[in-house]
Amino acid sequence: MSDPLVIAGEELGSRLIMGTGGAPSMRVLREALTASGTELTTVAMRRVDPAARGSVLDVLAECGIRVLPNTAGCFTAGEAVLTAKLAREALGTDWVKLEVIADERTLLPDPIELVEAAEQLVDDGFVVLPYTNDDPVLAHRLEQIGCAAVMPLGSPIGSGLGIRNPHNIELIVERAGVPVILDAGLGTASDAALAMELGCDAVLLATAVTRAQHPARMAAAMRHAVEGGRLARLAGRIPKRRYAQASSPFEGLATS
Amino acid sequence: MKVTVNGEPRELPEDASVADAVASVTAARTGVAAALNGEVVRRSAWETTALRDDDRLEVLTAVQGG
Repeated sequence: MSDPLVIAGEELGSRLIMGTGGAPSMRVLREALTASGTELTTVAMRRVDPAARGSVLDVLAECGIRVLPNTAGCFTAGEAVLTAKLAREALGTDWVKLEVIADERTLLPDPIELVEAAEQLVDDGFVVLPYTNDDPVLAHRLEQIGCAAVMPLGSPIGSGLGIRNPHNIELIVERAGVPVILDAGLGTASDAALAMELGCDAVLLATAVTRAQHPARMAAAMRHAVEGGRLARLAGRIPKRRYAQASSPFEGLATS
Repeated sequence: MKVTVNGEPRELPEDASVADAVASVTAARTGVAAALNGEVVRRSAWETTALRDDDRLEVLTAVQGG
């Protein structure tokens, strides 16, 4: 069954978007990315380090994975916009994962700065994928501005707490006219499956894989979870019931 | 001429360009971008963009993240 993820008119065969942060080595990262089946993967933009050996860009190029620069670490709209423009120049893509955080302890998005940055980048022709709070109102605003997707968090970045407010994610999905990508906080495969069962179009994760004891194995688990959750969503789950409903007929039972 | 490249003070010749300053921190020519005093300088303009005293240049590349 062909069921591509479509963002800004471009098709992706995998609904699992990966991050590269936290992997202990380029070798481990390469193995994890390959096992995940991802076709789109985030990188951060930082000052060049003359002592750095090996580039994450080489790994992505070898694996044939499209690069998605982020604006991680930016606290203001101005910083995020400049970082996005630098990424466009360095990497030749106008796609950006827009991240504007409020503080280092929670890494939660700053909604005011986020909206300001999204407006500027959309006006400048970027395909903006904003990392946002699990707030249906804010997600709708970002879509109205012209963002190509909305990426609500499940829980704080790197926390592994899973989806703390599934109801809000459902509300975002119900209203969205652009892809909804569950971004941040996932800890294990069942979290990714739940995101897809709730109706998200894709999942973006890094830490759950890169800091797992066996990253490539967890990457494979996430791949299957995303596919399973997506199929379950499309299949239409049964309604929940308060009491049992027998699956075997009562007629024709033997009597003693 | 004194300029700041990636937060570090640097002494460069009077006729130095953005390309010269970039070359002082990395040999890479792909996957790298530069901003001069907060504005991106397109790679095609690195050679022809002259630096001035007290300029601030940021030279960025992609690293693991997100």
